[in-house]
Amino acid sequence: MRDEHARAYWKANVRILTTLLSIWFFVSFVCGILLADFLDNFRFAGFKLGFWIAQQGSIYVFMVLIIVYVFWMDKLDSRYKANTKAANFKAADSQSASDEDSQS
Amino acid sequence: MSSVQLWTYLFIGLSFGLYIAIAVWTRAGSTHEFYVAGGGVHPVTNGMATAADWMSAASFISMAGLISFLGRDGTFYLMGWTGGYVLLALLLAPYLRKFGKFTVPDFIGDRYYSRSARLVAIFCAISISFVYVCGQMQGAGIVFSRFLEVDITTGVIIGMTVVFFYAVLGGMKGITYTQVAQYCVLIFAYMVPAIFISIMMTGNAIPQIGFGSELTPEYGGGYLLDRLDNLSVELGFAPYTEGQRSTQDVFFITAALMFGTAGLPHVIIRFFTVPSVRAARVSAAYALLFIGVLYTTAPAVAAFAKTNLMNTVNNAVYEELPEWFRTWEDTRLISFEDRNGDGRVQYLADPAVNELTVNRDIMVLANPEIAGLPDWVVALVAAGALAAALSTAAGLLLVISTAVSHDLLKRSLMPQITEKQELRYARIAIFVAILVAGYFGINPPGFVAEVVAFAFGLAAASFFPAIVLGIFYKRMNRQGAIAGMVAGFSFTALYIIYFKFIAPELSTPAHWLFGISPEGIGTVGTMINTAVALTICRFTAAPPRYIQQMVEEIRLPGH
Repeated sequence: MRDEHARAYWKANVRILTTLLSIWFFVSFVCGILLADFLDNFRFAGFKLGFWIAQQGSIYVFMVLIIVYVFWMDKLDSRYKANTKAANFKAADSQSASDEDSQS
Repeated sequence: MSSVQLWTYLFIGLSFGLYIAIAVWTRAGSTHEFYVAGGGVHPVTNGMATAADWMSAASFISMAGLISFLGRDGTFYLMGWTGGYVLLALLLAPYLRKFGKFTVPDFIGDRYYSRSARLVAIFCAISISFVYVCGQMQGAGIVFSRFLEVDITTGVIIGMTVVFFYAVLGGMKGITYTQVAQYCVLIFAYMVPAIFISIMMTGNAIPQIGFGSELTPEYGGGYLLDRLDNLSVELGFAPYTEGQRSTQDVFFITAALMFGTAGLPHVIIRFFTVPSVRAARVSAAYALLFIGVLYTTAPAVAAFAKTNLMNTVNNAVYEELPEWFRTWEDTRLISFEDRNGDGRVQYLADPAVNELTVNRDIMVLANPEIAGLPDWVVALVAAGALAAALSTAAGLLLVISTAVSHDLLKRSLMPQITEKQELRYARIAIFVAILVAGYFGINPPGFVAEVVAFAFGLAAASFFPAIVLGIFYKRMNRQGAIAGMVAGFSFTALYIIYFKFIAPELSTPAHWLFGISPEGIGTVGTMINTAVALTICRFTAAPPRYIQQMVEEIRLPGH
């Protein structure tokens, strides 16, 4: 039971990583470097867009990515803990569940 | 003594007093405290300490200047040195915290069940950190000599003594809390002049916004960046906001700095000090927020300073230039040669008629003076630069000391030593490392400054793939990991040594491999490491069962 939850947890974790790292790659390498010259055709205030992403925007996106990661993983962790707890209860039907906390 | 010097003595005296007070208050009593500060550091505290650990003399003194001369290409420093934190937070920090030991060679040695792997990791950790720490000591010496007119030797010795106090007494515990204080000092010292200048030039108090605003009428109006582009073109330079280097080179340098950031042992070990896996994630987020404050300000400072310099200096009558020009001329950071004898300064791109050479460090060090800010602001910069240099030096020295006392002695050569003895060896190791670093700070071998930038390439090509594969690929075995680290590290080191020391005259895009400069070659090293590791791993035995279980355990959330 625990193994199954562990596998599901890891799969979900890898999915979160793939999503966030794709954004990381797209913003920094694609927008900030490869497409920077093209994006420079667009302007806001005194900035050319490509230049702004390269020197400012990408850093803000990096911050947001790590913050989102923290929240998503918190959610995933608590789901995993609830699931393993439930599984332990089923498995330990007749036994006392006194050592529950040390398991999570 | 000038008023600037009085202020400088005051700020440096106060900040050093604070560091020593913290050292006395946080003495370490056990190896657990010495190596990982007892493992109970609050995520916000650790985030701040990581930020100071990370931002070195180079970030504080040189980065804005580098960017102001590179224009948009300077981006690789900005994205490279911040984007690496995304990798660190998502791919390394939480799992290494779950693993829960003291050092990076600990992880490599245990995960790859091999003394050779541990020894390779020790070698990489010590050489990377050592190269890096010499640059910090040198940075501290330069600040002392320029602001206080003491000679570099005295400056380095003062710096060494202070680091000695809190690193030898407190280990990681002392280092953590002084780094928190140092972060506050350095960020204040960086932001105050930046805000002043932003208000002066654009009327906007936030440099990140002032960067994209219009100049005030005294500065001629119009958007700052447009004006900067025009000024650059007028003087024959490339437009500031356009890239000059080849796209693939910028791409590879950025990637090398990112992978390197995530693989630098002194940053990784900071995440061993927090109490849980969750705390490791949270503190990575705080670390990047704290770092981002400086890193989003730096490009603005670069643009302000460059505009200001060109405005003030070009075509000005030499005799009428403000006092700071002569002060910095004395330190040879600026030099003027009146080639056409008209008594005016010509600052032009064409080397045949240009009369002014400007050292990049001046963009931060002299910026407050160029902008005519009050003396106390000028003095603040010295205290900030020292905080940046010393905080990074301490983190690096700790890596060297733990690599010797813990990884080399306790875990490899003398497993029978007691904790007390191990702690004594750790203190001796850090003491010796300080002396050696100080020696090289005073007598810098010509190559140190050059090599600091390459520490990233080396970290990227050795540790980053070995750690990531160790977590994400259960089948990775010791043969693959060792071969990968050796291949990646030696390829990168040889490429750098070849182009920087053996045949520097050949170091042009035409001769580089795929047009990738030595700064960016770490990315290729990372790829080679990964490819070699995966290939060798296929033809050799899978790691033992207990190692695979350990990997599964690392992947699950802790308490």
